[in-house]
Amino acid sequence: MVKKIPIGPYHPVLEEPEFFELHVEGERVVGIDITIGWSHRGIELLSEHKTWDQVPFLVERVCGICSCSHPFAYVKAVEDCAGIEVPLRAQYIRLIVAELERLHSHLLWTGLAGHFIGYNTVFMWAWKYREPVLDILEAVTGNRNHYAMLRVGGVRRDLPESEVPMVLERLDELEKNNELLTKAIVDDPVIHARTKGVGVFDRKMCRLYGALGPTARAGGYDVDARRDHPIDAYDKVDFDVILCENGDVFDKAVVRQLENFEAIKIIRQCLKQMEPGEIATEVHEIPPGEGLGIYEAPRGEVLHYIRSDGGNMPLRHKIRAPSFNNILTNEVSVVGETVADAGLITAAVDPCYSCTERVGIVDRGDGGRWVASEGDLIRMSQERTEKIRKELQGNRRNG
Amino acid sequence: MSLAMKALKKSPWVFHVNTGACNNCDIEILDCLTPRFDLERFGILLVGSIRHADVLLVTGPVTRNCLPRIKRLYEQAPKPIKVVALGACGCRCGIFKDGYNIIGPLDKHIPVDAYIPGCPPKPEAIIMGVVKLLGTL
Ligand code: SF4
Repeated sequence: MVKKIPIGPYHPVLEEPEFFELHVEGERVVGIDITIGWSHRGIELLSEHKTWDQVPFLVERVCGICSCSHPFAYVKAVEDCAGIEVPLRAQYIRLIVAELERLHSHLLWTGLAGHFIGYNTVFMWAWKYREPVLDILEAVTGNRNHYAMLRVGGVRRDLPESEVPMVLERLDELEKNNELLTKAIVDDPVIHARTKGVGVFDRKMCRLYGALGPTARAGGYDVDARRDHPIDAYDKVDFDVILCENGDVFDKAVVRQLENFEAIKIIRQCLKQMEPGEIATEVHEIPPGEGLGIYEAPRGEVLHYIRSDGGNMPLRHKIRAPSFNNILTNEVSVVGETVADAGLITAAVDPCYSCTERVGIVDRGDGGRWVASEGDLIRMSQERTEKIRKELQGNRRNG
Repeated sequence: MSLAMKALKKSPWVFHVNTGACNNCDIEILDCLTPRFDLERFGILLVGSIRHADVLLVTGPVTRNCLPRIKRLYEQAPKPIKVVALGACGCRCGIFKDGYNIIGPLDKHIPVDAYIPGCPPKPEAIIMGVVKLLGTL
């Protein structure tokens, strides 16, 4: 008998509210229904009523975590349309802010994933290590989030030389901590048991569903817009694209953790290669035409398209965010898993929604309904971890 | 001061709703609970169900889809409940004011007790807002 478990649309943690309906048979998930669009604010239309220079402030509020990625893609689209050259120093500053954003986003995810499987220590650690990144961002851009750093033609603020030693010091600290965290995740037998082989989304499926970012790279699908369509100084820095092959939750965590090291590497190179100079070119008008901007956000490739009629506002502005593709991958990766794992798997693509505030189980057969509190999914997940931990300890004692 | 208020003041439990926020406010709320700021040491706890909550913390400019839900949440909440509007969006719809899908701000639909402006408010500001709210009880 198939039962339906509606999850959402609210959850105290992340991202826009989403609504998932799990179809379950006993413990097994046999299907999933996804509804998104709860926080539809009509940003594209709003942006068509703002001037070219106001739009970055709007698009950085598309998503609070990607508040550099969206403006980045947008300014690239406008620069593409108008053929604007960006000064080299501005290019490097853009990269630094963008990669700092990747660091904070990935650490945030690691923490939440730890929380879902009942490792609150990982949650607290990861968020503690994330604070120095926000400190750097505050020192460099003036705000912890929503940096308002990018503008058409360059950046708004220079990176003062006096901040560089502090940034480097914090990065060293972070690298050490990230290593610790990565080791803790990779070596932990309970995390292995909970995440390996769970929610597999392999390469073939990634292709089929157009998965992006770490979700795709964990499955061995080699896409990375930073390398495939290098914008700004990305072709002047050296970094690796992290690939795994199994596409399970474990690999998704590993990809993100290892990408943190690459991000640190990129920031260090930028700081080293940067030379004093202009930080923005004056832009007087955007000629009629169209432009496309692609950037690899922490969650995958984000795409902005703009069309101009030569006026002071975009005629059309189209945004495609990576989560749109990635959310759909749940359709495959959740099916066949247990309900206790479902929360973790859907969280692994990083619109984590598993802290849904309300879970109700609808019994299709007799129409009965059980409404449970939001914590249930997490609790089930945490209980499962506890069980595995006990089993492992038992094995060790017996063996 | 009633007994309920006295108890509420010692350990306010918070239920958090996102009504179409860009989720940065939500992240800053979470940030308040993690080691650097650690609001939990004051007894402030994020709870998963509105029925356990003393404070309803609302972020976002209230989209059309969310309005019935936030109204229902307010009705379901055990009274007395304190409503806090967080962020520029929660207070005055912020940058999304003119959006066609926005029917906020929040105080048009449910009574609000405290406003914490900022985009997003820093964790320090959130803590100050909560402390001020507790001070008025
Ligand atoms: S106030 Fe700012 S940070 Fe908060 S939800 Fe609104 S746009 Fe996002």
